[in-house]
Amino acid sequence: MKWFKRISHPEFWNNYSSCFSKQQEQELESIRFVVFDTETTGLDIKNDRILSIGCVAIENLKIKVSDQLELYLAQEQFNADTVKIHGLLREGKLTKVEESEAAMQFLEYVQNAVLVAHHAAFDVAMINQVLQRQGLPKLKNKVLDTGHLFQKTKLDTSKIHFSLDELAKRFKIPLHDRHTASGDAYITALLFLKVVSQLKTMNPKLTFRDLERSHKRVGLL
Amino acid sequence: MNTIAERIYDYLKAYPPFNVLTSEQLFSISKAVDVIYLENNEYLFEIGKPVANHFYVVRDGAIGLFRATDTLVDECDEGDIFGLRALLRKGDYKLNAKAIEESIVYSISSELLETYITTNKDASQFLMASFASNTKAKSTDDEDFVKTLNRSSEYTYLQTADYSKNPVTCTVNTSIKDAAIIMTEKHVGSVVIVDNAKPIGIITDKDLRTKIATGQYIIDNTVSSIMSSPVITYPETITVAEAQIAMLKHRITHLCITKDGTTNTELTGILSEHDIIVLRENNASALIKEIKRSHSAEQLKGIRQRTEQLLKRYLEQDIPIDFMSRLISAINDAITQRIIEFAITKMGKQPPTKFAWLAIGSQGRQEQLLMTDQDNALVFEDVSKVDYDTTKAYFLQLSNYINTDLETVGFELCPAQMMSNNPKWCNSVSEWSQQFKRWITTPDQDNLMLCTIFFDYERVYGNTNIVNQLSDSIFDHIRSHDIFLNYLGRNALQNPPPLSFFRQFLVEADGEHKDQFDIKARAMMPLVDAARLLILSHNIKSINNTLERYEKLVELEPQNKDTYLFCAEAYKNLLRFRTKQGLTNKDSGRFIDLESLSKGNRLRLKRSFKAVKAVQELIKTRFNLSQLL
Repeated sequence: MKWFKRISHPEFWNNYSSCFSKQQEQELESIRFVVFDTETTGLDIKNDRILSIGCVAIENLKIKVSDQLELYLAQEQFNADTVKIHGLLREGKLTKVEESEAAMQFLEYVQNAVLVAHHAAFDVAMINQVLQRQGLPKLKNKVLDTGHLFQKTKLDTSKIHFSLDELAKRFKIPLHDRHTASGDAYITALLFLKVVSQLKTMNPKLTFRDLERSHKRVGLL
Repeated sequence: MNTIAERIYDYLKAYPPFNVLTSEQLFSISKAVDVIYLENNEYLFEIGKPVANHFYVVRDGAIGLFRATDTLVDECDEGDIFGLRALLRKGDYKLNAKAIEESIVYSISSELLETYITTNKDASQFLMASFASNTKAKSTDDEDFVKTLNRSSEYTYLQTADYSKNPVTCTVNTSIKDAAIIMTEKHVGSVVIVDNAKPIGIITDKDLRTKIATGQYIIDNTVSSIMSSPVITYPETITVAEAQIAMLKHRITHLCITKDGTTNTELTGILSEHDIIVLRENNASALIKEIKRSHSAEQLKGIRQRTEQLLKRYLEQDIPIDFMSRLISAINDAITQRIIEFAITKMGKQPPTKFAWLAIGSQGRQEQLLMTDQDNALVFEDVSKVDYDTTKAYFLQLSNYINTDLETVGFELCPAQMMSNNPKWCNSVSEWSQQFKRWITTPDQDNLMLCTIFFDYERVYGNTNIVNQLSDSIFDHIRSHDIFLNYLGRNALQNPPPLSFFRQFLVEADGEHKDQFDIKARAMMPLVDAARLLILSHNIKSINNTLERYEKLVELEPQNKDTYLFCAEAYKNLLRFRTKQGLTNKDSGRFIDLESLSKGNRLRLKRSFKAVKAVQELIKTRFNLSQLL
């Protein structure tokens, strides 16, 4: 009766998975957000690979520098064209980990945090590809996209997509370490705090639900 | 890897007190930072809320600190530190902190910093000053200050002195001959006599020359007959500065290093003057030696002028001002002592009785860095009525020689005649005691002024005993007229600090120094007066130096530690400032042209006014002066 047996996953996945037993906390101050960014060999989700992941946590709406993760991945794939963007060489001096190890460390670190990224869909998809290659299910975390959140502020409706650079400039966030995963994660974290703060001035009782609600449905509810 | 922490590290390292921490320390602090974003008008902390275990550094924007009445106390921008009350780990916030523009603030663990600053004098003093002034520790523009902090942390004088860790020793029963053989074999200039590894005496080359070669003792005697005993001991942590001062003070060339710094523990090393010279050229000691060998006031004048050069160089090197002033005082004392020896020779006969030469005022406080007027007094032992006139005549004549020679050296005669050759200030012990009693029991304006000068006396030459008698009499009189301290307190509050440097800066209204700021009267004297009053109220004798008085007060009143440390820091800054000013303008440095002040110096002065204010508030409360004022 082999097919009845549940597919067994490694212990770290089970630990990760068990973090999601509780209902999502709604009060923003009580939520642990993990703002993250990935540097990749390119934009093709199937064929490109993650070279580094940078994460920093936000708790009580403060960036916790002590609660961070920075991973560099050992990848066979290599794209000379993107090296000039992220500066990560195949044989760099940084200590690199295998994808399997990266997946484990990432899941152990994020737990049930709400993931935040700029244009999050891409980064989440890249991570999910990693998990799939390890024979693991997709991420279970709630995800927020700072691009979407900015749209909610209605500060600028001239277009749908604003790059991280554009928004950082708008919110006067200095662009240190742009195009390193951790640097971008930090910039995104500041952007997140500023956008949330802006949304709070529009709605002092802002909760997680308000952030999660899709932009398109705002008018209907 | 923690790229974000590295960026925070890069930012913080430019600002005190972080710039004096080691990179490991600063990095571990950076790793623990929380980054806070504040909208304009958003509160970071509020009055009455318990203090967090974090303090703050402004990264971007500006934070205003407000009183309950919404009056702005201070404005903190990039690099400024605030919320230091966290370091006290108790109580509530006394101010509101509110963003006055959109801001990013680093929140830093006070516990982490605390563990680092306790081992870092510069950092802790900086923080104390920042905290006590209830203000930001602004320093980006205050370049000198940053430089001082930077340099003094690496500064050799504060480093532990390198002493020889294998001291050559022998026992009390060793013969002088054997000791000399040991010294010769080991190529050393000294041998420490130990008993159970504890140092009890020392023999140096000089002893062999003065006591053996002269035939005074024979070489078969035991070392105990010629050793200097007891020895001067210091702990292993002795700094170059301390060593140098100790050698100057005790007129010795060797210090014994022991486990706990007393003669009761094991000898672990010996520090010779030579060790210090090897560490750095030793000009001050060399000057003192020359002074001792000099034969005329003219010669001393040359030496004193070279001292000025030394002072200039020390200032450039940002050597701690308290060290500098003690060194200069030691030189001034040596000059005076030598001049007194000349004078006694000129008199043609030995003094008829015991006497002591006292430096008073700033010299008595060992704070005279620049050459200013001489202020001195003489006290001689009580003599029978019959002998009084001749005795007094002798000392007046002696004083005349001394005052004249001091003038030759460059210490101008005191225009107010506060010198020993004035019959008023050349008295017997009981006359002085009566004098003090009169001042203490009738504390009018003039008498209080005299108290502030004559109470800060330091014996430069002569008998210690009669000076102690004098001190005892002062304390006896004060004890029986304790209202005197209230008067002295009122006197100490005569010069309230300007409220703010920028708004209400008090300048002289007329006279030669019109539109200039009197740094001595407005900033330094209030701190000096406060220290004297407080130390007298504790019945503490023989600490005259203002900085040492504040150090002692920190010890006596730990509850007011912050205020006193702040005062000491402010006084150091003022002393340094005035000395620099004086050397530049070749004057007393007392009057400052406001226009010429750099922003850094303004900020430094501003901080010292806050110290004056803090200590005057304390005095007002302690001596119940609200009614008297």
